[in-house]
Amino acid sequence: MRRRKLLAGAVVIVAALGAMIYTGLTQSVVYFVTPSELQAAPVAGKAYRLGGIVSPGSLRWDPQTLALSFALTDGKATIPVRHTGTPPDLFGEGRGAVVEGRWTPEGYFRATLIMAKHSEEYRAPEPGETAARHRELLRTLQQDR
Amino acid sequence: MVPELGQGTLLAALGLALWGSGAAVAGGRWDRAALVEAARRAALAVFVLLSLAFALLTWAFLAFDFSVRYVAHNTNLGTPFYYRITGVWGALEGSIVLWAWMLAGYTVLVGRRARERARELYPWALAVLLAVLAFFLLVMTVAAPPFRRLDPPPADGRGLNPLLEDTGMITHPVALYLGFTGFTVPFAFAVAALVTGRLGDTWITLTRRWTITAWYFLSLGLLIGGWWSYHVLGWGGYWAWDPVENAAFMPWLTGTAFLHSVMIQERRRMLRLWNLALVILTFSLTLFGTFLTRSGVIASVHAFTQGAVGAFFLGFLALVVLVSLGLLAWRWEAFRSEGELDAVLSRESAFLLNNVLLVAAAFTVFFGTVFPLISEAVQGVKVSVGAPFFNQVSVPLFLGLIFLMGVGPLIAWRRASPANLRRNFLGPLALGAGAAAACAALGVRSALTLAALGLTAFVTGTIVLDVVRATRVRVHRGQRLLPALAGLLRTHNRRYGGFVVHLGILIIAVGVTGSQAWSVQTEATLTRGQAAELAGYRVRFDGLEAREASNHLKVVGRFTVSRGAGPTAVMEPAKKFYPQEQTPIAAVDYQSGLIEDLYLVLGDFARDGSRATVKIQVNRLVTWIWIGGLVLTLGTVLALLPEPRRAAA
Repeated sequence: MRRRKLLAGAVVIVAALGAMIYTGLTQSVVYFVTPSELQAAPVAGKAYRLGGIVSPGSLRWDPQTLALSFALTDGKATIPVRHTGTPPDLFGEGRGAVVEGRWTPEGYFRATLIMAKHSEEYRAPEPGETAARHRELLRTLQQDR
Repeated sequence: MVPELGQGTLLAALGLALWGSGAAVAGGRWDRAALVEAARRAALAVFVLLSLAFALLTWAFLAFDFSVRYVAHNTNLGTPFYYRITGVWGALEGSIVLWAWMLAGYTVLVGRRARERARELYPWALAVLLAVLAFFLLVMTVAAPPFRRLDPPPADGRGLNPLLEDTGMITHPVALYLGFTGFTVPFAFAVAALVTGRLGDTWITLTRRWTITAWYFLSLGLLIGGWWSYHVLGWGGYWAWDPVENAAFMPWLTGTAFLHSVMIQERRRMLRLWNLALVILTFSLTLFGTFLTRSGVIASVHAFTQGAVGAFFLGFLALVVLVSLGLLAWRWEAFRSEGELDAVLSRESAFLLNNVLLVAAAFTVFFGTVFPLISEAVQGVKVSVGAPFFNQVSVPLFLGLIFLMGVGPLIAWRRASPANLRRNFLGPLALGAGAAAACAALGVRSALTLAALGLTAFVTGTIVLDVVRATRVRVHRGQRLLPALAGLLRTHNRRYGGFVVHLGILIIAVGVTGSQAWSVQTEATLTRGQAAELAGYRVRFDGLEAREASNHLKVVGRFTVSRGAGPTAVMEPAKKFYPQEQTPIAAVDYQSGLIEDLYLVLGDFARDGSRATVKIQVNRLVTWIWIGGLVLTLGTVLALLPEPRRAAA
């Protein structure tokens, strides 16, 4: 009798947890898509991670309003992306980027998060390469003072 | 010379650990005390050898021995002194040395008392501990040798990962590994109990302190990790549900469950199988966590990519799980005589439900963490599971746990009478409801925030009620108030230590709730002299400045902040440029306070210093998370005090 009650309790708990995980997943899993995949079947309001190359000539950033717009391409399709905020370091035209956000009914991708793609492999700086760049930065800033 | 010596030391330690483990098994099997003693000495020797290896590796860092690959990759001539020492455990190879060294220390310490008090269990526990040590030493000699040479040695090293140049990173791995390795001790004694068939309470009472210690360090490691994330990563948060964070959080959840369920076994002889399963699960999750972190199977901000090591850990994890399950199956008959649950409203069932919720939370975290792997392997679809999933599923579980935190310690054993429930819970429930209503009246609208605050007030009420009642009894007996309170805490240090730990968790819960609900942020581009405003603060940009440090260049933004007519202060968020990094690293500046922190992150800037973009955050109640950590520390110390002699009381 008691055993049966315990078992019933366990079943209820497992079922509740399963339902919570299932609804959680269906609501908040984010799918990785390429620009072609998104263009083929865009669903407005659904969260995606979109990966591609920032199209040359498409990048606009207004430091005053922080409005950022660019296009991500995979060579076959090009998706316009808009974001508010500072572009991350390493972000630039011709470079890889992954953005997270939603497709809007107005026909652009509203990004809430922008990640510039690092090259995976660690690359030792050429002798003096970054150091020279840093020295120059230092000089311009010091001249300024 | 030093690298060869180090390598030799590790090989010798590996041989001794294997030999000692075998000797301990033989000593336990045929009851030969001399063999067990030999194994104990082998463990001591392993500890000495590992200490030597650790010292040699540290020496290699201090002496800039770039002929050692690990040193060349994790330090350079500009690395400051402290970070050359902490660089020793800043990456994969060294962290495994640290891990093994701590485990060896635990192994030696455990022997001091256990060999007298648990003559039958000790040889087997020692065998398990030495076998785990042997595994780590095998990883060090084969898969990730810390002393591997680099030929030819470079003129300068690559440098430590700049994100790790922080005090948080000095202490975070140490605390975390003390926690991870600490759970090896109860696991080893659980295996010993299964092998010998002594499934009573000995293995639990013997390892109680070890479990609490391990749990505490794991908690501390998680908190320091959160603090590091908050003041280094520059996103204003402390927990991102990153796979590596999850890896450390899962054993914390099951370890917490274990810490509570052993009390039921000690008191009611129930849940013996469950306790063994929990400690096996916890230990397995520490290995699984290491596998996740070190194998690079899951993309994460701080995963190191090391294929071979991942395979080693996965193999060892499989071995541990198989052997443990085999032992449980072998002893299956012995678990039949379990005590039974008397009533739903009882302390036993409150604790059982607490365990169910904790394990459910651990499963949720596990599932969310590995789901991207499953999805890609099964369906070929790349997905990511982020914070929204974890928050959505686990927050209700955590709220349930907070509720039980109030119920468990005060509800009666076996069967709670209506009178018992009224006496203990009516007041606190009214307090909780009142607090929630007050917050609602003050304009809090989120149901989750109200629930969290109401439940926190309820639990605080139960704790205060219990302490006040027990103190009053003593005062009635003629003691003065403060001595009465101190005496109460001292004589029942386990119970009240637990209460203080609960208070710490409640304070952390308030910090988390408040920072999630009430933090605000904005981002603005300012020209020199221009100011932005947020939540009553005025932040004025005064210019940029460049500074040079031994191993990096820093561009510092100068901001003057003020609030109303109050005093002004200068804050200097910066960007650090390291030659070995492709991207600059943000250096946050923040003022912390009990109510709110003002938190500035420098973004883009004009090279001539005329303009800078700054992210301004006002993060509310975050400080209470760290204060909760301190309270949790006090509670743990109280719980760990030696139990006073009952005869004297």
